[in-house]
Amino acid sequence: MGTYIIRRLLYMVVVLLFVTALTFLIFYVLPSADPAALRAGRSPSPETLAAIREQLGLDKPLYEQFWLYVKGLVLHFDLGNSFVNNADVRELVLDRLPNTLFLISGAALPWFFTGALVGTISAIKRGSLLDRAAMGSALLAISAPVYFTGLVALYLFASDIGLFPLLPGAGSYQQADGFFAKIPTLILPWIILAAAFAAIYARLTRSNLLEVMSEDYVRTARAKGVKERRVIIRHGLRAAITPVVTVLGLDLGILVGGAILTETVFGIPGIGRLSFDAIERGDLATIQGTTLFLALAVVIMNLLVDILYAFLDPRVRY
Amino acid sequence: MAPLLEVKDLRVHFDTEDGLVQALDGISYALEPGQVLGIVGESGSGKSVSSLTVMGLTRSRNARISGEVIFDGRDLLGMSEDDMRRLRGNDIAMIFQDPLSSLHPFYKIGDQLIEAVRAHRDVSKAQARDRAVEMLGLVGIPEPRRRVDAYPHEFSGGMRQRVMIAMALINDPKLIIADEPTTALDVTVQAQILDLIERLRSELNTAIVMITHDLGVVAEVTDDIAVMYAGRIVEYADKDTIFAAPEHPYTWGLLKSIPRLDLPRDEPLVPISGRPPSLILKPPGCSFHPRCPYVREAHKRIDPHLAPTEPGPGGRMHHVACLLPPQTRRSLWAELQHGATPDDAKDRVTVPDDAVDPEVAAVDTEAAR
Repeated sequence: MGTYIIRRLLYMVVVLLFVTALTFLIFYVLPSADPAALRAGRSPSPETLAAIREQLGLDKPLYEQFWLYVKGLVLHFDLGNSFVNNADVRELVLDRLPNTLFLISGAALPWFFTGALVGTISAIKRGSLLDRAAMGSALLAISAPVYFTGLVALYLFASDIGLFPLLPGAGSYQQADGFFAKIPTLILPWIILAAAFAAIYARLTRSNLLEVMSEDYVRTARAKGVKERRVIIRHGLRAAITPVVTVLGLDLGILVGGAILTETVFGIPGIGRLSFDAIERGDLATIQGTTLFLALAVVIMNLLVDILYAFLDPRVRY
Repeated sequence: MAPLLEVKDLRVHFDTEDGLVQALDGISYALEPGQVLGIVGESGSGKSVSSLTVMGLTRSRNARISGEVIFDGRDLLGMSEDDMRRLRGNDIAMIFQDPLSSLHPFYKIGDQLIEAVRAHRDVSKAQARDRAVEMLGLVGIPEPRRRVDAYPHEFSGGMRQRVMIAMALINDPKLIIADEPTTALDVTVQAQILDLIERLRSELNTAIVMITHDLGVVAEVTDDIAVMYAGRIVEYADKDTIFAAPEHPYTWGLLKSIPRLDLPRDEPLVPISGRPPSLILKPPGCSFHPRCPYVREAHKRIDPHLAPTEPGPGGRMHHVACLLPPQTRRSLWAELQHGATPDDAKDRVTVPDDAVDPEVAAVDTEAAR
């Protein structure tokens, strides 16, 4: 296990280096993206451009620029400077991170458990009306993008514009002060984010469980005279849920890198919203920074999932 | 003695999208306490479905089950699911073909054995564990006290099958159904497992239904043998009769396709040509007729039924479902036994064109239609 983790950590470094190189190339080298021109304002003189280039180190050879970038990244987690709003990208990301984590943590448990429960019931009652209704609504929830369901939810339930003003609407998150004041403002986003994922997890759980229930070892459990409820939960679900937990880990990694749609629709200043704004403004350093952060989050979650798997499945020994 | 298990005219049909699968089409057999019955047939002959039905494991919305399964004086087919559950693993236990996929990969074998005990007995975990260790020792697992905490993947194939046998025996069942218990194992391990089953049977006096496609396996351990084809029993007799005086061409085919060490090595094996029939669209008349070397026109119309015939030397009983006249059957087997190929045998024995065994020819399907 120890050597496995070390090997995986090395592998992680390679992946991150590769992502860094790729984003660096895309954002600094491609002709459409001259940071100096972006920085210099409208119709700059060649002298100004040259001065800015020198100031930003853009006149240095490419490998040296990359080396400096990587060095800053490794030593100080320095994600560079946003030339658009003249801010340290690392500060921007870290400032926004708690909001994203707050959003995800409230949605993850409900979506996992709802998904697992609905999926299990659907699998047991396969072909029944209940199964068809559940899987039909799951398909709808998967097909409808968050910016659509989110806006519909706001239109129906938000206190400012809603037909049934039950819950705080978009933008209320930023106005609310303090941890507990923010909780009610997150209810709608939580529901919307959780619904999208719960639907996927329900379908995943259902198909996994159906497959597992036809396994030989489930037949053995029945042949032993074990009660059906125990057969389903202890023998079926235990095996069916393991891959779902893996998917949960990866999804969480991606979301830590920003729940772009949910954050944008509900005006939550998280990392997703940061990326969205940066893309709108052509803020290359910030886009690069959030991309790298996303890569980091995914890679770390991947590692955690692999370690967790060894505990969930005794056959997996590294 | 009253039989422990009596199966009467058991039919199991499954409604599927492709049509009605006639998995079992009226089979009957009986088993006394401590007796071993071998059920032999190809894949798709219905041998596994028959045993799963006895266990109540084929019950589903699309299954149509009729007939009678009397176990210990009780009709299992009419039993509630809950009563059936109490019986499974307690009075009737099952050993499956592939011990790797039949054991849950996530749980220690000790926990799986303990679960089997506690599903039926109100005992503490520690007591159930002691019982598990005892059973593992009985089936020949070395160091059972340590191995009880191992996972299935940490055992070899043969050891895993021993674990399955321990699990089946743990509640002292009266009947064990072993569904191809040696098929997934190496030949040397097969012999060990068969020895173990034979030993346990003589020690514990458990009745066994041994399902297999391998006549070599049933030769070792069984008392009676039922040969199944396309959802029916086509020949049913004591073991000696099946091996010495079989009367069904399908049984001949099975026997002639076993390699034998006591015959010259250049003796060719004679495979049974063709494939087992579809259970949705069975051939009319005798189901075996498309593959039978001795087929006559009448056999394509008349549905043969299992009827008593002469037992072999020292045999107790013999039933066969072949339309050939009894004398012809015996002459053909005599030729085959002396090394003739089916074609030679056909040349040397006159097979009458339309004579059929009246005992066997119960229903003329063409006429019935």
